[in-house]
Amino acid sequence: MPGTLTPIDTERRPQRRPERRTDDPDHGDGGNGRRPPTDKRTGGGGDNDNWNDRPQGHRGPREKLKRCRQGVFLALAGDVMFFVAIVSAFFVSQSSGRWDAYNNYINQWLPTAIPPVLWLNTAVLVLSSVTAEVARRKMFNQIDAMEEWFGLGRPTSRRAMPWLVATAFLGLLFLAGQFLAWHQLNLQGVFMRSNVSSHFFFLITGAHGLHLVLGVGALVGAVFGLRYSKQVENRQIIVDCSVWYWHSMGIVWLFLFTLLAFFQ
Amino acid sequence: MLLQPLTTANLILLRWPLPADASAHGPALDHHLILNIWIAGALLGTVHLILLIGLLSRRRSTESRRGWIVEYVPLSFIIVLFAGLTIQAEILWASARYTGADAAALQVEVTGMQFAWYFRYPGADAAFGRTDAKLVAPGEGNPVGIDPADPRGADDFVTSELVLPVGRAIDLRLHAQDVIHGFAVPEMRLKQNAVPGETIHLHFTPTIAGTYAILCTQLCGSGHYRMQANLRVLPPGEFAAWLASRQSGAAR
Amino acid sequence: MTPNPQAPGFREKHCHPERSGAESKDLQFARAATDASPLKEESFLRRCVFSTDHRVIGRQYLVLALISVAIGTVLSLLMRLHLTWPEIGLPLHGPILPEDYLALVTFHGTLMIFYVLTTAPQSGFGNLILPSQIGARHMAFPRLNAAAFWLTAVALVTLLSATLAQGGGPISGWTAYPPLSAVASAGPGQGLGMDLWLASLGLFSIATTIASVNTLTTVIRCRCEGMTWERLPLTVWGWFTAALLSLLAFSVLLAALLLLFCDRHAGTSFFVPAGDIVGRTLHGGGNGSPLLWLHLFWFFGHPEVYIAILPGMGLTSMVLGNFARRRIFGYRIMIATTLLIGFLGILVWGHHMFVAGLNPFAGTAFSVSTMAIAIPAAAKVLSWLATIWRSRPEPKSAMLFALGFVSLFVTGGLTGPILAQPILDQYLHNTFFVVAHFHIIMAMAGVFGLFSATYYWFPQIAGTPLRPARLMSETLGRIHFWGTLAGAYATFLPMHITGLEGEPRHYAQLTGIPGQQAAHLLARTIPLQAPITFAAIFLAAAQLPFLLNLVVSLRNGRLAPPNPWNATTLEWAPEPSPDETIAVHRAPCDYRQRNNEATFLPQWVSDSSTE
Repeated sequence: MPGTLTPIDTERRPQRRPERRTDDPDHGDGGNGRRPPTDKRTGGGGDNDNWNDRPQGHRGPREKLKRCRQGVFLALAGDVMFFVAIVSAFFVSQSSGRWDAYNNYINQWLPTAIPPVLWLNTAVLVLSSVTAEVARRKMFNQIDAMEEWFGLGRPTSRRAMPWLVATAFLGLLFLAGQFLAWHQLNLQGVFMRSNVSSHFFFLITGAHGLHLVLGVGALVGAVFGLRYSKQVENRQIIVDCSVWYWHSMGIVWLFLFTLLAFFQ
Repeated sequence: MLLQPLTTANLILLRWPLPADASAHGPALDHHLILNIWIAGALLGTVHLILLIGLLSRRRSTESRRGWIVEYVPLSFIIVLFAGLTIQAEILWASARYTGADAAALQVEVTGMQFAWYFRYPGADAAFGRTDAKLVAPGEGNPVGIDPADPRGADDFVTSELVLPVGRAIDLRLHAQDVIHGFAVPEMRLKQNAVPGETIHLHFTPTIAGTYAILCTQLCGSGHYRMQANLRVLPPGEFAAWLASRQSGAAR
Repeated sequence: MTPNPQAPGFREKHCHPERSGAESKDLQFARAATDASPLKEESFLRRCVFSTDHRVIGRQYLVLALISVAIGTVLSLLMRLHLTWPEIGLPLHGPILPEDYLALVTFHGTLMIFYVLTTAPQSGFGNLILPSQIGARHMAFPRLNAAAFWLTAVALVTLLSATLAQGGGPISGWTAYPPLSAVASAGPGQGLGMDLWLASLGLFSIATTIASVNTLTTVIRCRCEGMTWERLPLTVWGWFTAALLSLLAFSVLLAALLLLFCDRHAGTSFFVPAGDIVGRTLHGGGNGSPLLWLHLFWFFGHPEVYIAILPGMGLTSMVLGNFARRRIFGYRIMIATTLLIGFLGILVWGHHMFVAGLNPFAGTAFSVSTMAIAIPAAAKVLSWLATIWRSRPEPKSAMLFALGFVSLFVTGGLTGPILAQPILDQYLHNTFFVVAHFHIIMAMAGVFGLFSATYYWFPQIAGTPLRPARLMSETLGRIHFWGTLAGAYATFLPMHITGLEGEPRHYAQLTGIPGQQAAHLLARTIPLQAPITFAAIFLAAAQLPFLLNLVVSLRNGRLAPPNPWNATTLEWAPEPSPDETIAVHRAPCDYRQRNNEATFLPQWVSDSSTE
């Protein structure tokens, strides 16, 4: 089966390609639905595989996937800046003291002891990333994707779905654990307004928790997508992007947890 | 000083928007400011001249290929020029801000609040008494909240105008009670925000006696436009007399 | 049983779906592609309101920006009227109280910086033109694009609703320094009004982040064949760099807004120090620092102003080259300076804080980095001058506004280094000198960029599948240009003088000042107030020909020929048919002399044989 050709010359005549899909020019499978979106080397190999010279829709079977991944990556970069801002405020507040009326330099930062359930939550989140990755890889299993593309059932979705559900369930478990941690702190009289360190504890866990709620929503959306989305390529994309977001939130949590556990 | 060719007449010509200048660091600041304005004006004029000439001249059929003349020579000139201005500016900034005030400077504490300035003098013991936010009571004559339990505060006195002696180094301790205020004395070429929770030092030396305006220059609420005070700079003898009368008043 | 691709008969069985019986949707779609697919009938709502067509979304952003700039201009005129003639009251409202004035200041700044200068250049013209200029048929994520616009619209409505809030609109300016913005009792309008302001900007930040992700992905992934990074038009480089800055900066703003919100409603004290007394009430349980807000806000705030100006700089280069029929001088240097300005813009935020309580050594560091930005900016100006040198350009309106951009950019930019020196900022901070600086360079140069874009790309704005492309009237355009240029200089040049005289910002009135010496000082600034106000009224009035031009040209403007400006960039190429491959063959701005005749080679034309 010929891969897409890399033209050597740039002479371009407007070519009619009658089999091209006209309303979705970025269908990344050779432009005519002839190949399923399984992993192949883009562009038929060779050294002159310059992305910039290839027309849109002819850049390989993963063109749309790469575009969506790029979008998710950029959005995550912005999100990381959000957390960077909060973490830098954390360090600044931690080391800021003031001079009291008696000319003593006092720093009111009292570290908030993290409830031990946070360790369990971290383990749960790591486990959920494992299940998420299993789900993601199952979506890209070559044979299954090929079968699905031919209409022989939905083996990728069938195999990935339970892992996605497990991930969502573990995510909800994590969130419940975070709520439990908050509740335990409240029982000990530690509220958000109690101390500067507790401002940050509740803010950081709350902001991350909110991101995770969005992540669970994305996973639920992926589950619905597996059921209702019509093209295997789109199903792969929605699962892939949700899982990458999930992994990133897991990595962010590892940083934040280390910050809260060891750097207060 | 970086450049000398500017004559006094030229300086005066550009001085007319600037208000009176009554502090020790003021003339150098003014000189540098006016130098900057002249340079900016010259660059502005040059660029517009080049623009107009370039637009109105007859069309040149072939394009200029002398990239390095057009791009790099002016750029190098601008780099050198701005580097020079920056170095001079940093020298002035360092002399004003890098080190604290003279040890023999007169200390005055400035407190800004919505919408007034209060000035506290340390009195004969040259020490400020403790203040407590809970004791702030402007209506009862204690706008900065001096703690009566502290003996060092017994001789402190608070005024609503800032009175200073000519020719002596002054060290201001800026406080703000509620929101960020901007302590500014345009005629002393001074400006520094007073930030709640911080004590910020500002030092200078008044050189000409007179009465000057203290403004608030950081938006602090609906009364921002009417938050002012007077700065009176007195000859040393008169200042001593004023101080004595105030201190005896405080001691009673 | 999984089919084995290696098995004989596999192809016959599986590649001919009519034989295999069960047919996947993928195959159905593939076969459907061979049929002529009729346009789906879309509802009015889907087609016009919630459209995912990037051109429609671009126009929607432009309309939003137009509404915002109209409101913002009216607010600024009210401010000028009040400063000059304080006794004048508003009908149905009465006299303008100090808190009303400060609310005007806050809304003016917020509307203009966010809803005009961040939306129109980047999302308005970007959505309209960017895909065409890189040879993409649509943006990378059309539905996210529509979502971002509608979120921005909701944010605008939220902001405007703050005027109706109990207690009035917020009075802490667009910079919202705490504790003034953190404590509701610190001023009128700092209660619900401030909360609505926070909500509006929070939504706006999220919307802008989505839009910047869209722009970046489109530029990185959706370029057409032959469109290498070096062949991208400078406008695209401007949008790209501005989107990068957006992505980094708005997240930090969102974090700062979140912290401020917690201070206001969750009992925290990120920004409110211990012992803070506002109106006899002690606030601040912990020990916060107002300086933390300043750092976070200005880390966002300075890249924000570069986001506002970078697309305009890119457009100016392209328009100057187009009408001067010249190659851009130093194209690669222009790309490098765009990126360098973007990068340096992240490192200079402290120059807003020289006298705010910053460590003086940090002040020196920020001063040096700020002066460094003068270098790429000067390189850009030199390139513009060299591009138009002895070129006798056609004085079309788009070109006039691009030249006006150069003039105003230089004028406003040259006062930047003055303010970048902390010792001078010690006198000039928060005076009208600063107001003059940023108005000339942002409000006027930035807006001149928008005007130039409107005149230049009007055929793209006006031309829809149902309506022909039209041109704006050149006569009205010239009146608009000269009026606006004169009005701009007449309004903002005198502000340098009042600033040097010491006129402070945010003063609700300059007369009736209780402090005697202060009244004396401020009285010196009064003679120039009336001329500035008259000039401002003239400047606003000079926009009427533009509005008239818009309305008239949309209906009856001259029909535009296919490439009215003989441009070389891809947005002027003939509309490609759905199955045609879009490709470019050279860098833009290929204007050349051949046989003593000025000619040009657009990007989309393949190499001609006579070359």
